[in-house]
Amino acid sequence: MLNTFVVYVENKPGVLTRVASLFRRRAFNIDSLTVGRTEKPEVSRMTITVDADRDQARRIEANLYKLVNVLLVENITNQPSIVRDLAMIKVAATHEARSHVLELASVFRARVVDVAPESLTIEITGAEDKIDGLLEVLRPYGVLEMVRTGIVAMRRGKSSSGDAVSSRNGDQAAGGDDVAYSV
Amino acid sequence: MSDKNTGAAKMTGAGILWECLEREGVKHVFGYPGGAILPAYDALKHSKIHHVLVRHEQGATHMADGYARASGQVGVAVATSGPGATNMVTGIATAMLDSSPIVCITGQVGSKLIGSDAFQETDITGVTLPITKHNYLVTHASEVARTIREAFYVARSGRPGPVLVDITKDAQQTTCDFDWEAAKPQLPGYRPDLSPEPKEYEQALELIHNAKRPVILAGHGIVISGAMNEVREFAERAGIPVAMTLLGIGAFPAAHPLNLGMMGMHGEAWVNHTIQEADLLLAFGMRFDDRVTGNLKTYAPNAKKIHVEIDPAEINKNVKVDVALVGDLREVLNELMPKVESIDRSEWLDFIDKLKGDSAVRDIQNLPDSGHLYAAHVINDLWRETRDGDTVVVTDVGQHQMWEAQYYKHEKARSLITSGGLGTMGFALPAAIGAKVARPEAEVWVVVGDGGFQMTMAELATIVQENLKVHIAIINNGYLGMVRQWQEFFYDRNYAATPLLNPDFAKLGEAYCIRSMTITDRAQVVPSVRAAREHDGPVLMNFRVEQEDSVYPMVAAGAALHEMIRRPSKIVETAEDE
Repeated sequence: MLNTFVVYVENKPGVLTRVASLFRRRAFNIDSLTVGRTEKPEVSRMTITVDADRDQARRIEANLYKLVNVLLVENITNQPSIVRDLAMIKVAATHEARSHVLELASVFRARVVDVAPESLTIEITGAEDKIDGLLEVLRPYGVLEMVRTGIVAMRRGKSSSGDAVSSRNGDQAAGGDDVAYSV
Repeated sequence: MSDKNTGAAKMTGAGILWECLEREGVKHVFGYPGGAILPAYDALKHSKIHHVLVRHEQGATHMADGYARASGQVGVAVATSGPGATNMVTGIATAMLDSSPIVCITGQVGSKLIGSDAFQETDITGVTLPITKHNYLVTHASEVARTIREAFYVARSGRPGPVLVDITKDAQQTTCDFDWEAAKPQLPGYRPDLSPEPKEYEQALELIHNAKRPVILAGHGIVISGAMNEVREFAERAGIPVAMTLLGIGAFPAAHPLNLGMMGMHGEAWVNHTIQEADLLLAFGMRFDDRVTGNLKTYAPNAKKIHVEIDPAEINKNVKVDVALVGDLREVLNELMPKVESIDRSEWLDFIDKLKGDSAVRDIQNLPDSGHLYAAHVINDLWRETRDGDTVVVTDVGQHQMWEAQYYKHEKARSLITSGGLGTMGFALPAAIGAKVARPEAEVWVVVGDGGFQMTMAELATIVQENLKVHIAIINNGYLGMVRQWQEFFYDRNYAATPLLNPDFAKLGEAYCIRSMTITDRAQVVPSVRAAREHDGPVLMNFRVEQEDSVYPMVAAGAALHEMIRRPSKIVETAEDE
């Protein structure tokens, strides 16, 4: 099953390589990985989705913690959380098709961000299945180009990013439900 | 730069490097100079640290590793950029797989040249990323002090491992303020000190007290944690026998009545049978390597498992366990000890005794003298001669390594040094140099095959240049013996690329002015060992042993742990015929 990890890391050169290399070395397949700044300049935040069973997910978490630059790992797969992906889709839209495409975009609450004589570019944000849904209905018109960011995720309610920098012992209770060791 | 700050001294990055190494307790480093590390070598003259000049950078890393394993202190290796650094890769991977604390210092091209494919530029932090516990690229003199402090802290704490520090030439050359106190490690994400929950201790105790057929699996973690006394007390109190991994040898005294011996691919038959029959495995600082478990599907099928391990990522990696106690073994055992009940397990111990069965009569030591010299004879005689002293045996990888593990009875921790996880041929000679430098009062023996010896034999020169009294026993069978054994068993005796045409090792030793001898006869073994011990200096002994002997028992790769290939024995077969 697809697991979603939120990983706080030190904002230092090479940390992304260390994380990516870990997944490659341990033969876990990354489905998507996003990384960006956080509210704290010294901390970067990754959202990683990876196909893994329960035991594998625990081992991924433990292995991430072995990286010296990793501050906090949360497996939010079974946590109430907000998950978003962003896509830009360039669709072939000649004169007659254009109104149909616009209609579909509006049904999905997507925005048209570029109009050209032969195409429309649509921007959509949402959970992955919503984007998959829009893609599905646009495909008959001809998808010329598509880019997706990969998901970013955030747990609902209580914040945990503070723990990533303030505490040596991460907020384990919030992270893994029954990880077989204490952190 | 201006010197406005008071209390801090102005120093070059190179000067800071040596100063920090000294403050970390380093007395010896093993290294090889070159362009990008020259500023550091130039500054060495101001340092009290003794530099051992090696003949190949791989040797430097194995020496640092041997130094660390013999002493428990961090070993240090130094090399230049590019080829100097890449030559270290095998030694770093060896230290990684066996959790050995070493710090490797490499020079790097000037920071402005990084990425330009400059002369002798290699992205060594990129290369070593998956084989180091952590690594650093230092581009400013001001980062040297904190990085060195962090490197030593990371290398020696938690589950130890190798750390590489790559320092650009300009970072070595430029000056900055040096303030040791201000350069404290800043590792907000690093958590080496974990400990189990109270309820996990209770679960473990319940399993221990309910077990009728428990076995302790003693691993390298016991030695690293320094938990030898605790394990012994625990085993005695609970009446639980102890089986050892290769790297666990010495963690529990061989002569102890509860000692079973080595487990695994070339473990004693009764040990593997004991594990398969057990109802509880207590894994102490070991990681269920495939060489000790055999086929996982059939491994200890009726046993509950308790895993005491400092590295959370090892839990449930190979073998699913019932209780995991993640923490320092010594602390965990001290926590458990007062609550462990003394239980009489004589029935189980008697049962294990019976498992020994015909093992003794299959032993090459007990077979009729064929007139040939067997490696087991050499090792056994060596053990008898050196058992009473402070002896460290350093082995290479292959048949001789397994025979050493079987026939040399180690009573003390850190008395056997061997490459277990990576199985690095060429390890023994340089690692023994490191061990001898770390413990000059100890008697250091290299037990090495004729194949592995030739991988790093250039370090003979290092032995001579450093005037180290190291004894080298080459177990020379004219083959890459372990590979030949696999070819014999599994590839229809097709000895592809395993016969070796060797030099005359005794003449080779003499070329280095090392006293050398060749031994072909069993009766010569003991007198030669005695002569070697009495000689004031290094000795090379070329033991010409039986060429096509094999290591028994053997669990074939992928076979169940109890399905062993046994040594054919006329005595056993005759008895069965009758």
